[in-house]
Parts: sequence; C-alpha cells; structure tokens
Amino acid sequence: MSMHFSVLRKPIIHGEKTLAQVTTDVARPLETRPTILWWVAFLTSFSVLVIGVAAVTYQIMTGIGTWGLNKTVGWAFDITNFVFWVGIGHAGTLISAILFLFRQRWRTSINRSAEAMTIFAVMCAGIFPLIHLGRPWLFFWIAPYPNMRGPLWVNFRSPLLWDFFAISTYFTISLVFWYIGLMPDMATLRDRAKSKIKKAVYAFMSFGWDGSTRTWQRYETVYLLLAALATPLVLSVHSIVSMDFATSVIPGWHSTIFPPYFVAGAVFSGFAMVLTLMIIARKVLNYEEYITIDHIEKMCKIVLVTGGIVALSYLIEIFMAWYSVNEYERFVFLNRALGPYAWAFWTMITCNVLIPQLLWFKKIRRSLVIVFIISIFVNIGMWFERFVIIVTSLHRDFLPSSWVMYKPTIIEIATLAGSFGLFFTCFLLFVRFIPFIAIGEVKGVLNYGKNK
Amino acid sequence: MKKEQRKKLPRRDFLKNVLRSCAGLMLPGFLFAKEAGKKAAALLLDGLYNPAEHSWGMGIDINKCIGCGRCADACKKENNVPNVPFFFRTWVERYRVFENGETLIDSPNGAVNGFENLTDERTIIRSFFVPKLCNHCNNPPCVQVCPVGATFQTVDGVVLVDAEYCIGCRYCIQACPYGARFLHPETRTAEKCTFCYHRVVRGKLPACVEVCPTQARIFGELKKKASPLVRFMRMNKIRVLKPALNTEPRVYYSNLDMEVR
Repeated sequence: MSMHFSVLRKPIIHGEKTLAQVTTDVARPLETRPTILWWVAFLTSFSVLVIGVAAVTYQIMTGIGTWGLNKTVGWAFDITNFVFWVGIGHAGTLISAILFLFRQRWRTSINRSAEAMTIFAVMCAGIFPLIHLGRPWLFFWIAPYPNMRGPLWVNFRSPLLWDFFAISTYFTISLVFWYIGLMPDMATLRDRAKSKIKKAVYAFMSFGWDGSTRTWQRYETVYLLLAALATPLVLSVHSIVSMDFATSVIPGWHSTIFPPYFVAGAVFSGFAMVLTLMIIARKVLNYEEYITIDHIEKMCKIVLVTGGIVALSYLIEIFMAWYSVNEYERFVFLNRALGPYAWAFWTMITCNVLIPQLLWFKKIRRSLVIVFIISIFVNIGMWFERFVIIVTSLHRDFLPSSWVMYKPTIIEIATLAGSFGLFFTCFLLFVRFIPFIAIGEVKGVLNYGKNK
Repeated sequence: MKKEQRKKLPRRDFLKNVLRSCAGLMLPGFLFAKEAGKKAAALLLDGLYNPAEHSWGMGIDINKCIGCGRCADACKKENNVPNVPFFFRTWVERYRVFENGETLIDSPNGAVNGFENLTDERTIIRSFFVPKLCNHCNNPPCVQVCPVGATFQTVDGVVLVDAEYCIGCRYCIQACPYGARFLHPETRTAEKCTFCYHRVVRGKLPACVEVCPTQARIFGELKKKASPLVRFMRMNKIRVLKPALNTEPRVYYSNLDMEVR
C-alpha cells in the first residue's frame, strides 16, 4: 500500500489496480470457460431445482392436501418460505439505494451481486404465495383490472392485496435499478466482445451506450432518482408483508411493532445471505482485492446492529404479552418458549440473538471462516423466526378443541429445496453472464484514499 | 417544418392519450358490474325473497344441549361437507372443568358420532357441551382479509363465500377467531356455515336446527319482536364468543360458562 496517502481514508480497493486491470479482472469469468467447480455447483443446484419443480407440479395437480396443513394450521412452510425469501431480498436494494444516498462508497464492490441476489430472492419469494393458493391457476384474480367476472372486484382492505402491490412494485423497481446500473458495463463488454453474436447481444443490452459525458450525466441522474424511489420501497415491502400478520386477530400476530421488527429482520437476514455468498464468491472468482476484508467487516457491523434490533423486538414482544395482561398473548408466548415447538423458538434465539453477539469482536469480524459460519446460522435462525411466528401462533389458536401439531411433508421440503435450487441456479448463471462487480462504479472509487 | 411537427407526438398529447385509454379500458368493467349487481338481486328466487326484510341470527341454549352431535351430522349431509375429521361447518365441544380449575376441551370428530362416556378419575365439578358454528359476525375479520372479495356479508346478515370466486389463499381461515372455516379438498376453496342459506331463503330452518332433538338451537329473525329468537334472547342471560375482539357475532349463547373460549 505504498500509494496510500490519506490518513483518514483507507483505500477501498486493494492492490495497485489500473483502470484497464479492473475491466479485465471483472470480465474474466465472462470470457473464460467455466471451471469444473462451476459445473458441479450448477448441475447440483439445477437438479435440486428440477426436484422442486416436480414437487410443485405434483402439488398443483393433486391439491394442497399434499402439504401437512390442517384445519388450524392453514399457513406453514409456504408462507414461512415466502417471508424468508422476501427478507433475503432486502439487502441488495438497501446496499444499492440506501447506502448510495448515504454516500457509502464501499458499496460499489458488492452492489451488483447483492442486487442480483435480491432479484433472485424476490423471484423465489413470489412463487410461494402463488403456489400456496387452493386454485393457483386463478392467481391473476388478485390483480385489479377491468374484467367480466361479475360485480366482484378485488378487496382493497385485504393486506394480501397490499402485498401483491408491494412485492410487484419492489421487484419491478429493483430490476430496473439493477438494469440501469448494468448499462455502462454492458457497453464495456460490447466493446470487448470478439464474436459477432455476443457483440450484438451486449450492444442491444447496453441500449446504445456511447460513453459520452452527456450519457454519463443522464445516467447519474436516473440512478440517483431511482435510488430515491427504491429507498422507501426497501422499507415498505417488509412492512406490508408484516401487516399480513399484524392485521389478523391471531395472538402473537396482532402486534403494532411488526413492521419495524420485520424490516430489521429482513435486513439482518439479507446481509447474512450477502456475506455467505460474498465470502465464497470473492475466493472462487479471485476478487479478494475488490471485496476486501474491510467490506466483510462493515457488513458484519450491519448484521450486528440489525440483529440487535431483532433481539430487542423479541424482548418487546414478550414484555408486551406480559404487560398487556392479555391472557391469549401471554399464553402464546409461554407456548412458544415452553410448548411443543420450543425447539424452534430456542433455535431462533440461539441463531439470531446469541451467536451474532460474537461480531462485537473485531478479530471475529475479520475472520472469514467464523463470519461465514455465523452468517449461515443467521440464515437458519431467520427462517425459524418466521416458522415460529406462523406455526406456533396457529397450532394453538383460539379454539382449544382443534389444537393440532403441524409436520411438513416431503413435498413441502422438496419445494423449499427447489426454491434454493432456483436461487443458486440463477446466481450461478449470473456469475457467468453478467459482470459480478460494477466496473464503472469501482473505477470511480479506485483513487479513494489515494490523494496524489 | 409543418410536416416534421406533425410527425412528432407532443408529450402533452401522449399523456392525454394514455389517460384516455386507461379510462376507456375501465369503462366496460364498471358498466358490466352495475348491470350484474341488478341481475344478482333478481336471481334470488326470482324476486320472491327480499333480503332487506330479514335479519338472521341464532341462539344456542347451553343447558339444553345433550351433545348427541346430530346437528354436526345433519350439517355434513345437508351441505356435502367431506366426511373426515377437520372439516366441519358446525361441531360440538365438550368442556370438563376439574376441581383444581383445570379445563379439558375435546370434540372427537366434531361430535358427529356423539361423545364417549366420561372415564376421568378426577372429580369433575362441571361438564357441558358447546355447539359451535360460524358466528356470522356483523364485523367479520374474514371479510376484511379476503384479497379478491370472494367472502361477503349479505343484506340479511349472513356471511357467505362465493366458491366460484375464491382462489383458496386460506387467509380467511387464519383470520377467523372462531375456527369456523376450512378449505374444501375438492373445490379447493374456503367453506363455512351459511346458516343453510339455500333453505332459509325458502322459508325453512337450517339443517342443524331442524334436527336438534332438544331444541338447543333457535334460529330466527333478530329484528322482529315476535320471533322466537328475540324471545329467547329476552328471557336468558346472553353472551357471545370472544366479545373483546369486537366482531359482533350473530350467534348468541345462553348460560355460557366463563371457561368457554
């Protein structure tokens, strides 16, 4: 780091990279043949995806009875997975929009891949509300458009309808935002492409980018505007997802703290997933000088903060159950901690509250192996959080005569696995066909901390 | 110069056209909806039944219920409810309160076949049956959450599900604090008690009321003073289930124990 002059600012990108080097480094995975490791990973995730597709096909042909649901527990694995994936889909747009508005320039190394992750996660999430319907082929009835279905119209009082708008808006804006950021890089690839087909495809995808100052200026404006548009969406999506629960009268769901509690949890789980992916990707793709240990440490700090908010929410929930003197609320929380699903509750507490506390230590934040393991635990914990909220509240609801236990069937487990298959298949294809790091943006921070 | 201008589509015109096309797209839907609403009203028994003249409700006399479960059985037969556990439009619960205050509640197969004799060794200080069904709330949580508006309240106060319109998301099943709904495994849509609306509009009683040997269930008009239901409500101490939830049920229980949830 001989070129490091600034006392206050450490360089974001390590190694003495020239502008040309950045382009070659980022374009390398796109221009070389895939490694055996990539093929193994791809075929594995694709096979899992196929299993998931088979499970979903069987379920749609046969009916919801193929799942372990019963009269009392009408939502379980399906909605747990839905909320889990929507949560994962929070980090990307937070990194690219909110961190952009807050001038966090370290985001440039990770925003592209985190946003891709967001898009794939929201795709996975979107599947679950669709397939969980009794009659999934009628899913489009939830869209308010002029129709000939009689005097009936969608019900704007239903949080499920808000959900439909929230998720589709978030997905659209995230996709557009991601794509806009991609355009200059597509032009770079176009200029590097040797085969005619590749050149034509990249030329089309870059929308005729010419690299002039005027183009850049417009690009920056659009990017800023989209960032401002995406920022409230990051917060609104999970708020609205939480209202699916909060507006119901079920004890354990009917709570006003749900929106902030869910948003914090979503950012928490989203960053954990980004960490999991980045720690692997930087090693495999040889991007250790771009996604540095400082990046990992900063993300760990975000995980620690949001994890703290999540822990506080757990505490507040329990406090409110006690302080409200509502016997139903009290029962639900006692049942969560000591009832038949106590193992799920304590898994959640261990993974989400206890284990992340290790991140207070700098040494741990800078140890890739430990951070990787912690991030996996957070992912597991956040899945269980949703399971605990949904299943423990429903399996002992208002009606003691119909109290039951819920157990997932193999079809449900295959569907969950299939969603992971879809996610990783998309992500692996992304690594091969789209620059993993935003070339243009990283070039912008190359001189950061190096005042010559 | 003029020619060139004609070729271009000014922004103002473009926006105007967009707005106009949107409005044009919506119009047929709105017109059709208005027409269809009128048709639906005429459809009801060719206009012989006027829902605005009625307001239905049900009374349940806990002291009279013997737990035979014939109501649950009759309901299944009348309404084609799948003959397996979990699927009930109405069912009967048995409460056992022990000396130490502990309460046990069971409802084996919804009490379609009645109950087994009690074999508890501990002393039971009180035991009674509670028939349950959809409460046809005036302020129904299920209607609020239905995303497609498939579940609705009729003018005469009955909560119904339009099976043709239900997409089977099961949100209403979670939202109902009385556990009154289920997903029909064949139609894949939400189902629940309709107060036997198909019978009621023809001047008959619901199946469960018709079949009850002790007349523990009283069905009738809520707003007509001469109705047996109004008399029942005047003569007894009436409670509804979960009043704290502000759902305003139309099923009224007399002599309900505080243990009943």
